[in-house]
Amino acid sequence: MAKQQLLLIGHGMVGQRYLESLVAQGGREHFDITVLCAESLPAYDRVGLTSYFSGKTADDLSLVPEGFFAEHDITLKLNTKADAIDRGARTVTTNTGETLSYDKLVLATGSYPFVPPIPGNDRDNCFVYRTIDDLDAMIAASKGGKVGTVVGGGLLGLEAAKALHDLGLQTHVVEFAPRLMAVQVDDFGGGLLKDKIQELGVTVHTSTGTKDIVDGETCKHRMNFGEDNYLETDVIVFSAGIRPQDELARACELELGERGGVVVNNHCVTSDDSIYAIGEVALWEGRIFGLVAPGYQMAEIAAEHLMGKVENQFQGADMSTKLKLMGVDVASIGDAHGNTPGSRSTVFMDQTAGIYKKAVISECGKKLLGAVLVGDANDYGNLLQLCLNEMDLPGDPAALVAPVSDGAPLLGADALPDTAQICSCNNVSKGDLCAAIDGGAMTVGDLKSCTKASATCGGCSALVKQVLDSELEKRGVEVNNHLCEHFPYSRQEIYHLVRVGQITTFDELLEKHGSGEGCDICKPTAASVFASCWNDYVLNKPHAGLQDTNDYFLGNLQRDGTYSVVPRVAGGEITPDKLIVLGEVAKKYDLYTKITGGQRVDLFGARVEQLPDIWRTLVDAGFETGHAYGKSLRTVKSCVGSTWCRYGVKDSVGTAIQVEERYKGLRSPHKIKMAVSGCTRECAEAQSKDVGVIATEKGWNLYVCGNGGMRPRHADLFASDLTDEELIKTVDRFLMFYIKTADRLQRTSVWLENLEGGLDYLKQVILEDSLGIGAELEAEMAHVIDTYQCEWKTTIEDDEAVKRFKHFVNDNSADDNLKYVRERGQRRPAFEHERIELVEEA
Amino acid sequence: MNSSVAVQWQAVCKLDDVLPGTGVGVRLPGRQAALFRTRDGSLYALDNRDPFSQANVLSRGILGSVGDKRVVASPIYKQHFDLETGQCLEDEAVSLTVYPVEVEGDVIKLAVPA
Repeated sequence: MAKQQLLLIGHGMVGQRYLESLVAQGGREHFDITVLCAESLPAYDRVGLTSYFSGKTADDLSLVPEGFFAEHDITLKLNTKADAIDRGARTVTTNTGETLSYDKLVLATGSYPFVPPIPGNDRDNCFVYRTIDDLDAMIAASKGGKVGTVVGGGLLGLEAAKALHDLGLQTHVVEFAPRLMAVQVDDFGGGLLKDKIQELGVTVHTSTGTKDIVDGETCKHRMNFGEDNYLETDVIVFSAGIRPQDELARACELELGERGGVVVNNHCVTSDDSIYAIGEVALWEGRIFGLVAPGYQMAEIAAEHLMGKVENQFQGADMSTKLKLMGVDVASIGDAHGNTPGSRSTVFMDQTAGIYKKAVISECGKKLLGAVLVGDANDYGNLLQLCLNEMDLPGDPAALVAPVSDGAPLLGADALPDTAQICSCNNVSKGDLCAAIDGGAMTVGDLKSCTKASATCGGCSALVKQVLDSELEKRGVEVNNHLCEHFPYSRQEIYHLVRVGQITTFDELLEKHGSGEGCDICKPTAASVFASCWNDYVLNKPHAGLQDTNDYFLGNLQRDGTYSVVPRVAGGEITPDKLIVLGEVAKKYDLYTKITGGQRVDLFGARVEQLPDIWRTLVDAGFETGHAYGKSLRTVKSCVGSTWCRYGVKDSVGTAIQVEERYKGLRSPHKIKMAVSGCTRECAEAQSKDVGVIATEKGWNLYVCGNGGMRPRHADLFASDLTDEELIKTVDRFLMFYIKTADRLQRTSVWLENLEGGLDYLKQVILEDSLGIGAELEAEMAHVIDTYQCEWKTTIEDDEAVKRFKHFVNDNSADDNLKYVRERGQRRPAFEHERIELVEEA
Repeated sequence: MNSSVAVQWQAVCKLDDVLPGTGVGVRLPGRQAALFRTRDGSLYALDNRDPFSQANVLSRGILGSVGDKRVVASPIYKQHFDLETGQCLEDEAVSLTVYPVEVEGDVIKLAVPA
């Protein structure tokens, strides 16, 4: 049977979800799929749009897996807008002059921002907040201005205000209603939100309507509000709600709602049964759903219906939301305004702490109908579950909003039914998580990648962790992060025991807290913790047997039993004289020489008995050990920056050297890599490092927890526009907190992914000092820095230490089993088959 | 070990040459051994050749215990070898030669096949 033609108009978040769902159900076997996308970019994360201002790129925001269209043979036409639908002929004409025929048509055109009919609303530098193109235009316009104004104080309006604020403009919000976020919160909550946002430097004008916009005196525009009441501004962003993008449907006479929106049934089929509508363009039972989660549900249901599956129907959706607006937590659940007849509210308000919580309770007093949370939304997950699952309240309704003294959750993950929706963005139920855990998921990261739970807004990540822990425990999986059979403790606990108990040797640690003889897991871990805490010389006798061979011989063991030598070249800056010394040493010992990814030189093939001589030469020439062998700071890569580069805005090399000198030798749970870029062109690739620093006109932007290697991870922007002092202080705290709390061999990227509370929590601890440990972290770091020694310098000055650099205890000769082959002008260890040939030749 | 094979005791080093909790390489006629001294002072010797990498490096492995067995972990790919029997714990088919060790005064001696 010939394939049918499926045409999708609109490639936003919902359109992409539709394609994924259809492909997963084998839709490609029955349909040839063509997608029209009016924008210049394929689907991206519109929910995360604001992060575009804080450093994310269009690529970061993309929702399309690499190679998706090629792999599934789907035709995507970018910059192509549908102009008209001919339902009789079943064709669509486009702005590019094409006529495409269809058997089935899906409208996922979304919505457009409503611009109030104010005279002057079409002046220059008046924008809407919807697409990446809009954002680019806002960024360009903000460069010449000083004041920015958002018309509309709803959810998206406040996001836009944050964007203007981040662009460095004095920011105003003008809202017609008497409060902010009128739909989601009540007067008290809105009032508190207004206070908090004003504290951050954004001026809020409520109950204010704009009469017209005219030329300004001090700024580009003047917005007239009424009698002598006006505001001058350079940039205006309209964010006064959305309207369904239903022009196409109107022109071809599909059934629409009174106030727009394409009418659909429970399967998202429109009044023409060849045409579906999904997402914000669709009107279901008189309602438009302006959130992504219901749009995703529609996408799934429409795709299933197309494949002949009619079991699932769209039943409306919960419109509860939780978000962080300019650092203020705001959440709204269910019937937030208490519109249900007979409902009663219980309220907690603390104006000094800036917290407002309201729970709307049913007439019978047993069920939670809705809630408003401002300033502290930690209870959102619990309250939402109580509300959605219509569970009986666990006790006094007032306890729902009262401050909890012991911080205990109201509701264990255990109490939730399998149908409980944990992640509303991606519609993941507790049952889905349990199935994934049965399928082998063991960590929050596993669950995220196989169910998408917490992958969109992340609001449910703490709840996902709770479900994971309780389910693993139920399955008899010992949820234990014990280091090994000798210590019933995690690395974090060992670190704590060592510090608090002032333990300095492995024997003492084993005697007090462990059993058996230790092993190749716990011994190097203990050695690393001792080094992080006390920074002893790693070769001191009590530590000798704890070290991995790399740390024991202060080199990197290679496959034939020889070592490689990597002197420190801080920031990758090296004088010609020093470079010549490296060349001479390499030549003298016939060492295979290679430039590393960390901007230094690696010399391979040194035998143990050669190491002290090699290092004597290097230390005499002013080199220090590069710690390439340790779980410790490796390199701080840099671009040349303002030293030479015509684009460089700061001295990236100088800062890289300063940072590398500061943290060199710092022992940590795993290796640490850093980089410093001298401008936003980012030639040092800092966003792929554990700690990445990028110069801006206003200071340093700090990125953390990036990774290259096996599981690449883009670093997260942690703090912006830091001074040199702020940068160092922040990195001090960040590194020490990582060293204190990470698991063995856990890079910062995985550490962050498993850190409860994620990036926001990390920011609170490091930037806001929420645990009150900032000074302690800095002092601990200062101790390590003050006690730094070059381990090779110490070694070559200590005859006892040098003695151990021998292959045989009873003979000074070298290992006679080493065989080499010359390749590309240098030597390398022979492979097994080559060894046989070499022996035959001999 | 087959006890009917004649052995010869060879002095290799002083007791102090091996720190407790570490190992050293030993040259024997035609072969290399790894000599270990555990934390409690017991001495063991195995082949120095790591059968998984063919490198002579077992003397540089970390000592420890797995259950009630005393082991050394290869520094290359981390397989464990029983110090008493030479048996590899990860691969039944692989085992190392064990060399008897004795101490006379402060001198360590290994028994090698004559």
